[in-house]
Amino acid sequence: MSIGILAVQGAFIEHAHCLEQLSQDYVLLRKKSDIPQNLERLILPGGESTVQRKLLHELDLFSILKNKILEDMPVLGTCVGLILLAEQIAEESTDGFQSLPVLVRRNAYGRQLGSFSTKGTVGEISDFPMRFIRAPYIEKILHPDVQILNLTDQHITAVNYKNQIGTAFHPELTDDLRIHKLFLSL
Amino acid sequence: MSEERYQLNKELAQMLKGGVIMDVTTPEQAKIAEAAGACAVMALERIPADIRAAGGVSRMSDPAMIQEIQKAVSIPVMAKCRIGHFAEAQILEAIQIDYIDESEVLSPADDVYHIDKTKFKVPFVCGAKDLGEALRRIAEGASMIRTKGEPGTGDIIQAVRHMRKIQSEISNLAARREDELFEAAKQLQVPVDLVRFVHANKKLPVVNFAAGGVATPADAALMMQLGAEGVFVGSGIFKSGNPEKRASAIVKAVTNYNQPDLLAKLSENLGEAMVGINEQEIALLMAERGK
Repeated sequence: MSIGILAVQGAFIEHAHCLEQLSQDYVLLRKKSDIPQNLERLILPGGESTVQRKLLHELDLFSILKNKILEDMPVLGTCVGLILLAEQIAEESTDGFQSLPVLVRRNAYGRQLGSFSTKGTVGEISDFPMRFIRAPYIEKILHPDVQILNLTDQHITAVNYKNQIGTAFHPELTDDLRIHKLFLSL
Repeated sequence: MSEERYQLNKELAQMLKGGVIMDVTTPEQAKIAEAAGACAVMALERIPADIRAAGGVSRMSDPAMIQEIQKAVSIPVMAKCRIGHFAEAQILEAIQIDYIDESEVLSPADDVYHIDKTKFKVPFVCGAKDLGEALRRIAEGASMIRTKGEPGTGDIIQAVRHMRKIQSEISNLAARREDELFEAAKQLQVPVDLVRFVHANKKLPVVNFAAGGVATPADAALMMQLGAEGVFVGSGIFKSGNPEKRASAIVKAVTNYNQPDLLAKLSENLGEAMVGINEQEIALLMAERGK
């Protein structure tokens, strides 16, 4: 199976280590020519969304990846990944993929002193360790088919919509591989 | 600082990896840096080249100026305090800075003690010239390390020296027998637990960036190939002829540091680089501050 991890900036190696533990091969995507013809799955890691959004466009990765996502290629977006997938961003315009019908608020918990961790249920996964680093959350669901996977303090922090999983937290920063397994089962 | 808070602070540094942190002195510069793809900005009143030129005692920046920059951008904002000046650090924590750089670029406030960074909730980044220095700062609570380089010179030689030294010391340590680690800890003047971590994982327990003297996309690529996980650019951007273009080129060079054909394109027509001073020409070695 050909799994791509967007690697223009941020915590992509952490996702690669998760896939290694699950004995999955992967390719790091840093520019257009890195994208394999037969790309079957995509992971969008955490990092800084302004940087990743800009580099996606300027390194010519954007349109190929967007087309594949719209053709139902499974995609997992964590933190910035969720922001890149979101159809709308609160109080900002977006030139991300806009394939996931949700409204996301960036830096929703404030600055680094607002970063926190907790445990919660994510869909059918119970007791999952969730790490929120200057995290966003989902303020509004924009399509009835979007399934809410987690609510933390009344805020939506994980969703599944068709081929897409988006989380405001970072499963790649923990040893728990259950969300990566869920992604591989899409 | 609780173990949990320290973990979250190390994780913020992980999110900055593969990125460029740029020195800015005004909200306008901060916006230019953000638009060019900076993953964070360092807010300071004077960039290192000007601190060097002005001489005198250099201190923490005005909190009002830092807060203006915090309002101007959505990316993390860092700021510098003097080595050992924990009251400046307390002030920066009070204004919710995202990262404090306990920095040799400013005049040191204490020639013996660094700040006990375990007493703070906000994360700290510290400079290091070698493995012992890096692990001492980590033992004091730093959640990110950068090379010291020689700030404000545009000369990459010191950053290269520090990065090579740290990497080779890590390799040497990893190759040693387990029963030699106590002696290694003694030689490095650091806790044995940190030595054990480096021995087992062949890396520092926190993210390690390059800093000091980065002026071109090629400099950034050189540091990444030598093992840096990201790059700080101080005077190199806003002391150059075309800051927007240079900043954007350095960002892309950090992402594709192993692609000479792309680096060649990125290096074209960037205008004038910062003038630069060779290390032999400077009177003040900032890297020698705090060990």
